[in-house]
Amino acid sequence: MKKVNVLVFSGYGLNCEEETQYGFQLAGGRADIVHINDVIDGKAKLSDYHILAFPGGFAYGDDTGSGKAYANRVKNHLGPELEKFLKEKKLIIGICNGFQILAQLGILPGALTYNDSNRYIDRWVDLKVEGDSPWLKEIEKLSVPIAHGEGKFVADKKTLVELAKKKQVAFRYVKGETTIYQDLPANPNGAMEDIAGVLSHDGRVLGMMPHPDRALFTTQLPHWPLLKDTARRFGAPMSEHGPGLQIFKNGVAHVAAR
Amino acid sequence: MTVRIDVVPTIPDARAQVKIKQFQALAGRERVGKVHIADSYLIDAALTPGELTLARRALTNSRVEASYMGRWLPAKFHWGIEIGFLSGVTDNVGATAKETIEDATKKKFKDGEQVYSAQVFFIEGNLSRTHIEKITASLHNSLIQSAKIFGTDLRKEARAIPSVPRVSLSGSSRVLSVNLEVSDGELIEIGGEGIANEHGIHRGPLALNFDSMVSIRNHFRHEGRSPTDAELEMLAQTWSEHCKHTIFASAIDGIKDGLYKTYIQGATEKIRNAKRKTRNGDICISVFKDNAGGIVFDDEYVITHKVETHNTPSALDPFGGAITGIGGVNRDAIGFGLGAKPVANVYGFCFAPPEDGRRLFRDPGKTQEMLSAKRIAEGVIAGINAGGNQSGIPTPNGFMLFDESYRGKPLVFAGTVGLIPKKNGERKLYEKEAKPGDYIVMVGGRVGLDGIHGATFSSESLSTSSPATAVQIGDPITQKKMSDAIVKEARDQNLFNSITDCGAGGLSSSVGEMAEQSGGVRVDLEKIPLKYPGLEPWQIWISESQERMTLAVPKAKWRAFSELMKSRAVEATVIGEFTKTGRCVVTYNGSTAVDIDLEFLHNGLPKKHLLIRKPPAVPYMELRVGKEPKDFSETILRMLTRLNLASNEFISRQYDHEVQSGSVIKPLQGAGRVNGDAAVFKPLLSSQKAVVLSSGVTPYYSNIDPYKMAACAVDTAIRNAVAAGATLDHLALLDNFCWASSDEPERLWQLKEAVRACHDYAIAYGTPFISGKDSMFNDFKGYDENGEFVKISVLPTLLISSIGVIADAEKAVSIDPKAAGDFVYLLGETHEELGGSEYYRMQRIVGGRVPSVDGKKNLKIYRALMHAIQAELVASAISLGRGGLAVALSKMAMAGKMGIDVDVGKMRGSAKHEYVKLFSESQGRIVATVASGASKKFEKLFGGLSMQKIGEITKSKILSIKSGKKKIAGIGIEKALEAYRGTFKNY
Repeated sequence: MKKVNVLVFSGYGLNCEEETQYGFQLAGGRADIVHINDVIDGKAKLSDYHILAFPGGFAYGDDTGSGKAYANRVKNHLGPELEKFLKEKKLIIGICNGFQILAQLGILPGALTYNDSNRYIDRWVDLKVEGDSPWLKEIEKLSVPIAHGEGKFVADKKTLVELAKKKQVAFRYVKGETTIYQDLPANPNGAMEDIAGVLSHDGRVLGMMPHPDRALFTTQLPHWPLLKDTARRFGAPMSEHGPGLQIFKNGVAHVAAR
Repeated sequence: MTVRIDVVPTIPDARAQVKIKQFQALAGRERVGKVHIADSYLIDAALTPGELTLARRALTNSRVEASYMGRWLPAKFHWGIEIGFLSGVTDNVGATAKETIEDATKKKFKDGEQVYSAQVFFIEGNLSRTHIEKITASLHNSLIQSAKIFGTDLRKEARAIPSVPRVSLSGSSRVLSVNLEVSDGELIEIGGEGIANEHGIHRGPLALNFDSMVSIRNHFRHEGRSPTDAELEMLAQTWSEHCKHTIFASAIDGIKDGLYKTYIQGATEKIRNAKRKTRNGDICISVFKDNAGGIVFDDEYVITHKVETHNTPSALDPFGGAITGIGGVNRDAIGFGLGAKPVANVYGFCFAPPEDGRRLFRDPGKTQEMLSAKRIAEGVIAGINAGGNQSGIPTPNGFMLFDESYRGKPLVFAGTVGLIPKKNGERKLYEKEAKPGDYIVMVGGRVGLDGIHGATFSSESLSTSSPATAVQIGDPITQKKMSDAIVKEARDQNLFNSITDCGAGGLSSSVGEMAEQSGGVRVDLEKIPLKYPGLEPWQIWISESQERMTLAVPKAKWRAFSELMKSRAVEATVIGEFTKTGRCVVTYNGSTAVDIDLEFLHNGLPKKHLLIRKPPAVPYMELRVGKEPKDFSETILRMLTRLNLASNEFISRQYDHEVQSGSVIKPLQGAGRVNGDAAVFKPLLSSQKAVVLSSGVTPYYSNIDPYKMAACAVDTAIRNAVAAGATLDHLALLDNFCWASSDEPERLWQLKEAVRACHDYAIAYGTPFISGKDSMFNDFKGYDENGEFVKISVLPTLLISSIGVIADAEKAVSIDPKAAGDFVYLLGETHEELGGSEYYRMQRIVGGRVPSVDGKKNLKIYRALMHAIQAELVASAISLGRGGLAVALSKMAMAGKMGIDVDVGKMRGSAKHEYVKLFSESQGRIVATVASGASKKFEKLFGGLSMQKIGEITKSKILSIKSGKKKIAGIGIEKALEAYRGTFKNY
């Protein structure tokens, strides 16, 4: 199989780089964690990679607005390289804080603002896949956790209509396996039209508030003890890997197949 | 010139919506209309108009925000409140804005140029000045923030040039010599109130008693000179209760080696010696000598744990106190060995009930009011949120307890688990040693006035003279950058020889401690980077400014280290050199600030012999009226609403417990989202091994019997972990003593009893102590609403934390029953042990019998359960603690959203009455549910032990409790959940 090189950004308070790297590794990719300053200083080149990942975290502590300061750093120093990367039809994923960064950069539509509760929330959500993207192949629904204070997706009416029409809504929050189990509302933050993630117009850039990198193992699911117990009673094994892994597999498989 | 940039949302603002509700709660629903919030940046730097435009754009997300040069005003408002920081207070938003602007304009700010952040709240509504003052008070803490109230006349002043909280200090750069050849009275005054400056004003407490002052005077007589101010401050810090733990170290009641060595360390040594002879061996790797304790994780890794308290700062500034508490204990992980990666945080809060309306003041004139109980709780909870979440460290476990005795000082426990490889090549990473010739390097944040006298002040009661400069604010991102650069890069590149946290006592403490490794140090104070100019030499030396570590970097590796730090945006500065002169020498621009013998510094503190006295017993006072009910349903529901038992979901949800992707048993379990007692997580992505964390804290038993209280805390911490799947062979303990008035012999008697129990039960279970901390003066001395003196002392509070390793994460057990028809087993014996129980507290009954712990019996039961769990026979298990059997069964039923039918008619143990069976807090008990098909195997494991089947899981969604033929409770799950979730519903 073709080597699929993934660059996972780090630095300035991003903090999910290790699990994002692990997700890509489990999927068969070769993922490097690279501090953004090493890219700026030329020690690493975006052009050496097939996939860029902006992982979750708290870049700059969300000061001045989540993702803003990190996006400024990217814009001020890596603008042309990033544009070239996009033009070459390579893949980009932004998870949580990474999504906020991509939205601030203007690479993805809409914006992320304070949750309706104005409080940080960690819980599981269920997603319905709607968009058309290499990242989303063979996924219809997905249960993964969210953890954010500024995850409410907003956009103007026109954008919302277009996103739906052009299949750029990657996911919507829906009632599903985990939210029914724990009796939680589908939409955790007041996101407009229940939007949990969006795509660039060509589907190659995915931004999502939920964390597939935190659903790599079955033991991360909120009801895994019940799943395990049920499986045991029926003599069936419990699968080792969690639902989030498919996103990473899709990314790697897409590049490998090209 | 200062320029103001205001950024305002162009979409509905959730922050403002939440504020409206809060303001309405303060002023009345109908009085508050719209609220607008503007984020203001006050730019105190010479920028051109073009540069300012770039700055404004960089600070604005044009899709959802608009921004203005100058002050923005809404079309309509009646009041404006501007909240900013006081000068010198850490302003993270301002710092990020500065970096953003520098990057956008490609222009570095000059020294002194700065960006200050502020928030302006514009309120529409029919509000009086009194209302607005109340709202303003709710928006800021006057110890760290400024507040300006505007009326509509602000429209006229909108163009005024903003004023900024620029720091201007005129500190003397001189080193003072302090004359100790004075009267005894004056010596006591210096020790108590601090060194006086040229104007006779004292700098704040040294907390050195007369004996210590005499010892210092005698030492410097030998040296043939007077001590300097910096030397005295350094001695005060090094000898403080906070750093030296004199109460645990001193001889006490004939025990000449003191409580710590004899009982805590003593227990660990005995256990390690015994374990070395067993198959599983000794699990301890590094105990009691480093910033945290370390045990084996697997062949390649060590797992560390440390729990700290940050009580006094949290009383004054709850948010800042808590965020620096969690940040500080994170650095204990980073400072373990050559740097462990923080992989989990834990918390523990002891608050006064939020409805406790007592007003307290620090001064008789009632000008310095203490924050309300509710405000303290909210601030502390938010502080741990910011500190943990922003650092990317999961917070899977914690507790919150309430008692009136925590009104003066709350207790804020914060702990951090770390992970570190055992070796890097041949080098052991869990050991370290600074070598003579190594550079002393300060890494991370800069030094300011924050936290001066923190170490000495937290060693005393909170009173009028407690300095406001002792308050610190955290900057999690500066620390995160430092932490990543050290534990993810510099450590593995072998770039330094030693590292320690620069926390309480600042450089004085960290450099002073590391000096012992090499045998001496020389420091140049003027090289230390400052937040602002004007600090005096002694202040630089003892400041507790946060987010700093002190490292020993070999000269040959400095260049590589320095370049790495620079590229990670982490400041690192050589501030001196390790030597082997046996002295700590500190100079400031050539003049000697400190030149002290290390032997005296570390061992010169005069020895004490503490006396104890047994206090009179607490009388049994049955204040309850009426008889026990026939049906306990209502009583059980009322229990579920108790502050100490109700759902803490609002905390569990706002603390990220899934970052780092290792969550296994989460803080909220089952379909009903019930708080469990233990957490399980996988610290290594590539390993199935998991860490289990739990705690035991039983302060309500303290005044009745401190020995039994401590026994219960140990048993609870262990039992909670075992119920979740821990194995006793791979479980360790930590102790945190939070005592009060520890200068009173009665309190010391209680302390000795408690420590003795820690020793006895750690040995009984074979679980070694690996780390601990104490905080001995949790008293508030101040004034009440009438200006009368009051002293409020916390209940003697012992937190026992447990940490263990589980071989296979998939064998962890949750509290939710899994299937109808499963059998319900009660393990252990139930006796009439309701003294200090949650049930007695609800009934306002004082005294009574507190639980006794039978370590031998319990050990056998725990071992049997461990085997059952390993054999995967257990579907769910819950440890019986506060609230007893009734609460545990309720939690199980709610978690599984399944019915439970039990009969408590014939229970093992001496309990006779139904209320005893339901609510006694007898230790050593666990309820487990087991599939009927597995029950034979399960029962066999418990042959000869106290274990009985008490019922079954049902489909009914009703918790039904019988006593023989009599039905004594029937509670619908939904009703139970409503009660359980109701208490903190609006938090």
